[in-house]
Formats: sequence, C-alpha cells, structure tokens
Amino acid sequence: MNVAVRNTAAKPDVAALKAQAAKLRGKIIEMSHKAQAAHLASSLSCADAMTAAYWHVLNIDPKNPTDPLRDRFILSKGHAAAALFATLAMKGYFPIEELDTYCQDGGRLAEHPPANLLPGVEAATGSLGHGLPLGCGMALAGRIKGESYRVFALLSDGENNEGSVWEAAMFAAAQKLENVCVVVDYNKWQATARSNETLMLAPLRDKWAAFGWDAHEIDGHDVGALAEAMQNIPNGSGKPVALIAHTVKGKGVSFMEDDNNWHYRAPTAEEVVKSFKELGLS
Amino acid sequence: MRNAFADELTKLGNEDSRVVMLSGDIGNRLFDKFKDKHPSRFFNCGVAEANMMGVAAGMAMNGLRPVAYTITPFVTTRCLEQIRTDVCYHEAPVTIVAVGAGLAYSGLGPTHHACEDISFLRSIPNMVVICPGDAFEVRGALRAAMQQDRPVYIRMGKKGEPVVHKGPIADFKIGKAITIEEGSDVCLLSTGNMLPEVIEAAHTLKEKGISAEVVSFHTVKPLDEDKLKQAFSRFKLVATIEEHSLIGGFGAAVSEWLVDSETQHKKFLRFGTPDAFFKKSGEQEYAREVLGLTGHQIADKIIHALS
Repeated sequence: MNVAVRNTAAKPDVAALKAQAAKLRGKIIEMSHKAQAAHLASSLSCADAMTAAYWHVLNIDPKNPTDPLRDRFILSKGHAAAALFATLAMKGYFPIEELDTYCQDGGRLAEHPPANLLPGVEAATGSLGHGLPLGCGMALAGRIKGESYRVFALLSDGENNEGSVWEAAMFAAAQKLENVCVVVDYNKWQATARSNETLMLAPLRDKWAAFGWDAHEIDGHDVGALAEAMQNIPNGSGKPVALIAHTVKGKGVSFMEDDNNWHYRAPTAEEVVKSFKELGLS
Repeated sequence: MRNAFADELTKLGNEDSRVVMLSGDIGNRLFDKFKDKHPSRFFNCGVAEANMMGVAAGMAMNGLRPVAYTITPFVTTRCLEQIRTDVCYHEAPVTIVAVGAGLAYSGLGPTHHACEDISFLRSIPNMVVICPGDAFEVRGALRAAMQQDRPVYIRMGKKGEPVVHKGPIADFKIGKAITIEEGSDVCLLSTGNMLPEVIEAAHTLKEKGISAEVVSFHTVKPLDEDKLKQAFSRFKLVATIEEHSLIGGFGAAVSEWLVDSETQHKKFLRFGTPDAFFKKSGEQEYAREVLGLTGHQIADKIIHALS
C-alpha cells in the first residue's frame, strides 16, 4: 500500500481560510464581470468548500498535478467552473493571468472544466450526475493499485435530481468506498426554481444515509468545520461520507444572496466595487 | 461469442494486472474463472449502467483497462451520455463489450434488440467500433483493444454462432478487414454476426456461376479505406451486410466514404434492418427471414441486381 503523506494533526487556521475564501470570491466576481458569464451565484455558494478542500484538506502538489498518490477533487457541479479555475490558478497550477482568458476565444478556460487540457482538472464536468461515478472509479483504481488517495466530489443540490447520482451512491456504499467523500452544496436553488419545489430532496441527509452513507449536515460556510470534516476522511465508519453542506446561493455579497437571478446574471463594474467592499477586499 | 469473450478476458486478466471486468448484472457464471483468479478486479455493477460507465471511465483515467459489459442496448443507448462525455471526451481507454447485437436476442423483443448502436457510437469522437464476425474475431478484437490506449466498442452476437476462422487470428488489426473467401465478380463486405449468412450467400452465388469475395469488415470505425478502394475498383457489385439499421450503420459509413472520397463505383447494395421496430415474436432466424437478411435472400437480391 502506497500511503500518501497527510498532515492529519494540523488544525485548520480558520482566520487564514476565511481570508482566502474572501479572496477567492473576489476573483470569481471579477471573472464573472469580465466574461459576463453565468453561474456566479453557484460559484459563490461553494467557495468555502473549495477553500477548505484546496487550502487545508487535499494532499496535492500543483507542481506535480498527475502524482498518482494525490487526492482527487472533482467539481461535479461543473457550472461552478469559475470557482475551480480561480482556485487552481491561486494554487499555482497555471499562471493567475490566465484567468483573464476565461470564456475568451481560443483559451483553455471555457464555461465548464475541460478534459485533458488544464492542469489540476481531474474530470470534465458540466453535465450533472457524472462526477460521483467517475470518482467511484478513481477510488476503486486506487484500491486495486494499492494507493490510499482520497476522492472528493462536490455536487450541487439540483444535481441530486440525476438518477446516476443515486446509482453511484448505492454502488459506493456496496463497495464500502470509505475514501470517497461527497459534499453537497445545498443552496436550496436550482437553475430556475427552489430545489425542493422541483424534485423533493428533503430530507437530503436521511436520503444519503438511507443509501448507505455516513451522512452529516454541516454549515457550508463554516470553513473550519468543513476543513475538519473533509480532512477526517476516511472517518472510521467504513462507509463513504456525505456532507450535506447548507449554503446560501450567492454567499458573501448581500445583494446576491438567495436571489436566483444571479444564477445567470453577471455583475456590472459598479456591482464589482460594491461586492469587493462587502468582502473586505480592495 | 460470449464464451470466447469471457475466456479471452480471463487470459488477458492473467497477463495484465490493469484489466478490470465490470458487468451490468449479467453473465451468470460466465465470469467465474475471472472472478476466481482476480476477485479484486471483478465488479458486478448492478442494473445501473450509467454508473457502470462512469466508474469504468474513472478507472481508465487512473491507469486501469476496464471492460464494461452487458446486453447491447443497456451498454450503449442507456448510458450514451456517459460513453460520450466520460469515456470519449476524456479519451479514457474503456473497452465496451456488448452482447446480443442486432437481432441476436430477437425473441426478447425490441427492448433487447440493437439495430441503432453502431450509428450512435461511431458518431462520437475518439471511439473505435468493432463488430467481430466470429468467436476468433472476438478474441482478436478484445486483445487488440487492450493493446492500445483509446476507447473501443466491441459489438458481439450472443453464443453458438458458427465459427468461421480456423484458429486464433495472429495478425488481427483494428481497422484492417479480413478477406475470408476470394472471388472475382462481386464483393460482399460483412460486418459483425452476419458473417455466416454472407458466406452462405457466397456459396449460393457460386452455384449460380457468380464468384463472390467475402470480407469480414470487422472494424466500422476507422474504415479500412484501402480495402474499400480495392473493392469498388475491382468488382462489378459491392454489397455491405449488417444486422443493423440502414440508417447510420456500416453501409451508411461506406456510403459516406464513397461520396467524400469521390470514388467511382458500379453497383452498390446495402443490406440491413429497416427503419422500424421488429415487434413480432420469434428467434433470430425468423427475424432475418422476415427482413430479407438470410444467406439465400442476400444471394437472390444480388442475382437480381446483376441481371
């Protein structure tokens, strides 16, 4: 068994993570403004989970993005690509200046993460319900090859509409994939309506638990709690772990929070300035 | 064909620790030998094909050589988006093996027929489409698929088909058609499990004084263009034969090639299934007879076309 080196003892530096999450949100807002691209609010709701993962949890080396022993992180809600691109650039997978090419002609940063094109992107996503099956395959590959890496998949709540998510949930439980962790960005909205008025997700934690997962509800904006829960994978339960992260769509900017217009709207220059002020960024 | 597949897979599993078998809850006892030898590399993925294909892609993206297997419609159209996005977009070396192609499971009804799969799969970038003509071609195709690094679709019949080749095909190559019988008047390009019918057609033609060349055109994508060029230049009639819809299948691929390559040709016939579901009960032989796909019917139509 090739055991990845992991600093499990370290407590998350919550203040530093919070500051990082604010910077990440700022970068996402900038990108959305510049590209006039959709899915800003979806990117903001998962910014704390992304921060916890990339700045505390994942055993990764941006200089060696294909290290066989690295932890895998799959942004299954691929429409939050801006959050992933900003994260990867800030971590040093590619130059931060490349973020200026987001959605521009001929670039590597399209509106959804690409396949085999950009370092750090584990899987091309955008069609929902694909990340968890892929992640289960990755986890089994690790098991077969004797590599102890972990696999994290960040899902949207709307994504839980897809049957393939539940196929994979049952499969992961049957295979006892304790190295797999799902984080559901439960912001209560999908593209055009309230999630629970579209397909009934509630009680979402109970559903994941009933499917054989060690399922927990968590404050999806408590970056310290997220960091500790994700770092604790595998957690000794012998089961895959689902973190139902309660979040607010558009989190961090008062006039975007819980307003689903920001699923598609992009901010004006003036709104960017207001957002930065609220985030404590200059 | 399926027994040859299971046997060859077991051999490949012994030779290569990257080989993993994923079954969609099918093949009762078929994989016992593989399971016995490699229990950690066999997964019954249940009746959940979308997940199975995603799992296969995730494995292939991480250094393994998974084979995903179940009945044709369920391992193709049921999880087509996973094939397109997870497997082909990522260029993940997944080998998809389908059992019961065409009307092999005729008696089970249209839910289990597969006369559209070639059409769907060959239109996806990065996908290779192979339709073996007999059990030895299944073995060759599977071995060739494992020796390269791309997605491959292998479309099998079921079991008990006549064996055409005399033994293992040492030089089986993806994209290189195999001449089974040489001839001089007409050229019969067969793909998949129609091969025995096509050989029968050639023998019927011979009795009528018509010399037919029989080619097992096992790879539909990429096409063996050299073979096509020879066929259309040498013979006064070329026919494609497949147990698949005339829309989008092998004959359609050859038609596209003819137009795009501006190849001059004489007579060209396409044999395949019509644009309709086959709703009547009955086994494969009956279905072929109704649809004009038996050896003697193929021969009759060719004689008519030549007259």
